[in-house]
Amino acid sequence: MSDINISVTDRDKKIHKIVAPTDMAMNLMELIKAYELAPEGTIGVCGGMAMCASCQCYITSDHMLPEIGEEEEAMLSEAFNVKENSRLGCQIFISEDLKDLAFEIAPE
Amino acid sequence: MINSDIIIIGAGPTGLFTVFEAGLLKLKCHLIDALPQPGGQCSEIYPKKPIYDIPGFPEILAGDLTKNLMEQCKQFEPGFTLGERAETIDKDENNIFTVTTNKGTKHQAPVIAIAGGLGSFEPRKPALENLSFYEEKGVEYIIRNPEIYRDKKVVIAGGGDSALDWSIFLANINADVTLVHRRNEFRGALDSVEKVIELKNQNKINVITPAQITQIKGKERLESVVISKENKEVEEVFVDHFIPLFGLSPRLGPIADWGLEIEKNAIKVNTFDYQTNIDGIFAIGDINTYPGKLKLILCGFHEATLMCQSAFKIIHPNKKNIFRYTTVSGIDGFDGTRKEAKKPVVKALND
Repeated sequence: MSDINISVTDRDKKIHKIVAPTDMAMNLMELIKAYELAPEGTIGVCGGMAMCASCQCYITSDHMLPEIGEEEEAMLSEAFNVKENSRLGCQIFISEDLKDLAFEIAPE
Repeated sequence: MINSDIIIIGAGPTGLFTVFEAGLLKLKCHLIDALPQPGGQCSEIYPKKPIYDIPGFPEILAGDLTKNLMEQCKQFEPGFTLGERAETIDKDENNIFTVTTNKGTKHQAPVIAIAGGLGSFEPRKPALENLSFYEEKGVEYIIRNPEIYRDKKVVIAGGGDSALDWSIFLANINADVTLVHRRNEFRGALDSVEKVIELKNQNKINVITPAQITQIKGKERLESVVISKENKEVEEVFVDHFIPLFGLSPRLGPIADWGLEIEKNAIKVNTFDYQTNIDGIFAIGDINTYPGKLKLILCGFHEATLMCQSAFKIIHPNKKNIFRYTTVSGIDGFDGTRKEAKKPVVKALND
């Protein structure tokens, strides 16, 4: 297991090149929290249950992502600012397949 | 004016448990919460999800935890101001605080416990022109008093549990309900979805999907909404009420203006008694921060317990407080009830 590089564009459009562990069952929402790329209370409000959409991300690189689950799809159907490449960060777990992933944190 | 010993801002699990701990010290509490029901996130976001780290409960649904906490603190007769947001805090020359809500309700106490979680839950509003003009004039985001919808024409928008549950509830009190959702699928408990389908088949709920509200109209108050379907069909419906239920998101809100030391959207406290930089104002549960802080319900319970000890000293500076176990002393409720251990029977066996 090794670390991978991920590029995150925060809500102020600032790009952060960060290193993410692949062996901690960490998801993208937790990664954003760990690096403090969004203010506390504006990300992962429900704790990662796909129940609030506060961790909505736009995936901008061309990666094969884990398939979208029913709960995630339903939550995105209620969320605002949803685009074709929207996903909930809490539902995407970091693995070596996501090497060089790039994503943007959706507006609040 | 509502008077108590401790004003608790936030009626989530930490706030509710504070009532119990304060009650043991014979301190009376009054809770204020922006949501119309107690329980905080546990009742608003995930009532049907299990929690596995409440000591003594291998598994408990968040909604059941709320119910249990309400039951546990009941005998200490807490007061509630629900559906109102604590807006301002003033301190007078006698060190008594006055907390005023956005609806103007005033509360007075010598101690404040802020148990506000992530802040107050504010509705997520759809992007519709002139929406704010119609707020409280036919557009409501939180249902505080369902009775006002009886026999009325109501359009609900949203696809989650609250949209489903309120559609069912309002249809059952004879409101003429139209439920509009962007997709054909709803995200909710299976029994709620099935109930809506049943009511739809009985023509008691009009379900329009996939569709969105794209316009709201009216002169003095809301008169109609425009529903645009995915197939480009457009329909104008005359309504008395439009209730968009797109969930709530927490905002620190007025808490940021109370002169408290804030760090990363949380209130800084000491770890002796979780008091803030303002004497007499404590912050407990998810809203506070200190080195090593973990946002867990069980940590909120601990913080509430220690906080009440200091609150007692502020409220009764000349009284001695003796620490007791509930098993030993029992519980004397403010409602006159008493709970205590059964007395052992002392009886010789060979009588």
